[in-house]
Amino acid sequence: MGANAVKKIHVSTTINGEPREFLCEPGQVLSEVLRLTLDLTGTKEGCTTGDCGACSVTLDGALVCSCLVLAAETEGREIGTVEGVARGGELHPVQQKILEHAALQCGICTPGIVVSAKALLEQNPDPSEEEVRYWLAGNLCRCTGYDKIIRAVLDAAATMREEAP
Amino acid sequence: MSTAVKTDFRVVGSRPIRPDGLDKVTGRAKYGADLNLPGQIFGHVVRSPHAAAVIKSIDFSDALAMPGVMAVMSADDLPEPGDRLLPGAEVEMKLKDISPVIMARGRVLYHSQAVAAVAATTPALAAEAAGRVRIEYEVLPHVVDMHEALAEGAPLVQDDIFTQGVEPPPTVPSNLSLQMELAKGDLEAGFAEADVVVERTYSVPMCHQAYIEPHACVARVDEGGRVDIWCCTQGPFMVRNMTAELIGVELGKIKVTASEIGGGFGGKTTVYLEPLAAVLARKSGRPVKMAMSRDEVFRASGPVSPAETRVKLGVTRDGRITALETDILMDSGAFTGSPLMPSVLFGNAQYRCDNVRSRGREVLTNKAKMWAYRAPGAPQSTVAVECAVNEAAELLGMDPIELRLKNAVEEGDVPLYGVPFQAVGLKECLEAARAHPNYSAPLGPNQGRGVACAFWINAGMQSSATLHVASDGSVNVMTGNPDIGGSRASMALCAAEVLGIPVEQVRPAVVDTDSVGFCDSTGGSRTTLATGGAVIKAAEMLVEELCERAAAVWGLEPEEVEWREGRALSRVGFGLDEVTEGRAAADSEQKVLTLAEMAASAGMTGGPLTASASLHAHNAAPGFAVNVCDAEVDPDTGKVTILRYTCAQDAGKAVHPAYVEGQMQGGAVQGIGWALNEEYLYDEQGVLQNAGFLDYRIPVASDLPMIDTVIVEVPNAMHPFGVRGVGEVPICPPMPAVVSAVNAAAGTRVCTLPLSPPRLLAAIQSGEAD
Repeated sequence: MGANAVKKIHVSTTINGEPREFLCEPGQVLSEVLRLTLDLTGTKEGCTTGDCGACSVTLDGALVCSCLVLAAETEGREIGTVEGVARGGELHPVQQKILEHAALQCGICTPGIVVSAKALLEQNPDPSEEEVRYWLAGNLCRCTGYDKIIRAVLDAAATMREEAP
Repeated sequence: MSTAVKTDFRVVGSRPIRPDGLDKVTGRAKYGADLNLPGQIFGHVVRSPHAAAVIKSIDFSDALAMPGVMAVMSADDLPEPGDRLLPGAEVEMKLKDISPVIMARGRVLYHSQAVAAVAATTPALAAEAAGRVRIEYEVLPHVVDMHEALAEGAPLVQDDIFTQGVEPPPTVPSNLSLQMELAKGDLEAGFAEADVVVERTYSVPMCHQAYIEPHACVARVDEGGRVDIWCCTQGPFMVRNMTAELIGVELGKIKVTASEIGGGFGGKTTVYLEPLAAVLARKSGRPVKMAMSRDEVFRASGPVSPAETRVKLGVTRDGRITALETDILMDSGAFTGSPLMPSVLFGNAQYRCDNVRSRGREVLTNKAKMWAYRAPGAPQSTVAVECAVNEAAELLGMDPIELRLKNAVEEGDVPLYGVPFQAVGLKECLEAARAHPNYSAPLGPNQGRGVACAFWINAGMQSSATLHVASDGSVNVMTGNPDIGGSRASMALCAAEVLGIPVEQVRPAVVDTDSVGFCDSTGGSRTTLATGGAVIKAAEMLVEELCERAAAVWGLEPEEVEWREGRALSRVGFGLDEVTEGRAAADSEQKVLTLAEMAASAGMTGGPLTASASLHAHNAAPGFAVNVCDAEVDPDTGKVTILRYTCAQDAGKAVHPAYVEGQMQGGAVQGIGWALNEEYLYDEQGVLQNAGFLDYRIPVASDLPMIDTVIVEVPNAMHPFGVRGVGEVPICPPMPAVVSAVNAAAGTRVCTLPLSPPRLLAAIQSGEAD
């Protein structure tokens, strides 16, 4: 049977706080639906095997590789992508510090790093350098050698602690 | 126009936030696979399951019978390459060495070579249709190891390779495609003079550039045959040139728009998918999107030549290098075109030595055609030379930086490639590394330190830039060089410096091939030097015109007007060069027009303010770098931990220092990966066994310490701002620095890279040198 002969599945989700519905094929992964169907191309595909982290999103708050999640599995769940990180025209501290520290070169891994680092700081507001390094070990960057990324995340954590009520 | 190297800068050397930064941290930036066109369909490549075979037949009927399959293609849809050269290529390239990499014709020379392609309405359908293309092969014997390829009776990768560089030319074909030798002085006499002679053979594995973004493009062909290509590439003009030749379309009918690029490191200085997408688009009448999987990236793009370098080094007791010999064997994959020459020429250029000989041999094997990777060829030979220097230092009981300082090249020295050095910063880099606190940090048990220095030539080549002044005095800067590591920030800084305006007033853009003059690719560490040079030149032309227009407004001669801090000023008391703010206010004779004022009234002074400049940059100057690595080895597992890492590099002038540091840090970590982990592994059938990031392990954040940097600035005397290329030389010293540190820590002399845990553990347990 041809792939196009399979009936599509209707899925209702919440993406970055907004209710979204889409149709997907049973075998389609979330990263492909985000990128092709919903035009949320901030989520990148570097490997589609869960090894590079460029497609990092949150699913009900948990950090996942969206290339390893079937789109149909997201029925009734909350998806957070890089497009939802800046709010009301204001950057998240992680985004701001990545810019200030020049913590990107080509930038293809940056959306995944932003989503991943934000998830880290939400559960650990004061991580050590080692904790940041291990948390981001699933986000490959070939350009920077990670130095400036680690500094940016540590700086963002410090800023968020200062700003916390 | 610039006549001397500028030393007092307003904005060059500062660290503004990059102009494309917001789009990149928010996910808005569009990369190769991020464009979706209405009506687009999806292409999929059919790849060879054999390392060597004759293609007997290709039958598309089953694929074409599937609803939703819109077009198919094979090499029959491409023009015969014949013996033509690729016009406009940076180095001489024959089409017959490129065309079969796009799509095999009659014969496959490596596993996963493209053989056919299909286009269908969804990616899944295209993949399924690709699986239904019936291809009949006659399997041929293959060879993937370069030593086996040189053995008598080895299968011939191609039938018509007669070794180049041998006199008289051989009459029998072989897999030895190229041989070269360069020498000066008297090698025998040099070794006779030496008190210590070190001779070793270092082996560097085949690796991949491993950019995180797979190759991707979208192509559209209109009813008039005009081809529109969107793709991630280091060179949109290169894509236009190559696509025109490969698919047989007039160059003027092709427009290429470079997307944002997710890394390249040399690997995106050629085409793979773009010509196929254009043919499928022409045949289907639909926009065709194509993207490689990571598996395809590893198997069928890049990769990087493995090499074996025998080094022999002679040094006197007092630390003078008297003879230096290298002999390099380099694997080119299935087609000629490896970076053998830079490997032969540049692995030794960091040392002053009267007696040098460097030889190279290029071998063909049934593997993907090797492509450029950051300072192509240099790391493979540099590792041997630098490790030998460290071994000599040990034998002499001399500090390895001291030994290097005694032999480091300086102004006036002539390297093997023949062009005398102007002022270079190698000694300054060595001094900076020695002065860094990391160099005197105490080492514990199972810890070792390794030092290396290295040279890379850097490129100039052709670039163009266009500046438009908007009516509010803000300035668009347009070039054709994809921004792979922050170059838009450099372009903006160069323009702002000359125009005397805040960098935020400049909007740099990378535009399509219809919208700016020709630019060679982003590569060769050339963009800030050459394209930045075109921006500087265009900005200087604009300043000249602004002064002329202001002079006309004021009824003065142009010489009576000067441009300072973004304003035209009449020179009061022309000839005295003292115009100050205070005097301008006090002296009613002083006239002032700001850029914004002149832009607003441009319609009355001659029309819109624009300037375009182009150049063929012959002012590239070499880059030198020094790395110091501290490593710890776990004697029970062979696992290496990098404890400290220091990079010093001569940037000439760091236009945006944060992105110069980024090049140094990124290059160091790529080199660390190549030294410790990265390696292509083939099975008996010539099939790559680790074509994914799980098994081909590039460094991750938890593998590394901070990478400390020291930027040295010895200006390039030929560039108006003193700029040197900075992108490539960072990958030249890491392998020898890491290998030397690890061997020192483990008490081994392993010369076969990568120093992966099993290999290192075996050496530790056997207690033997490699």
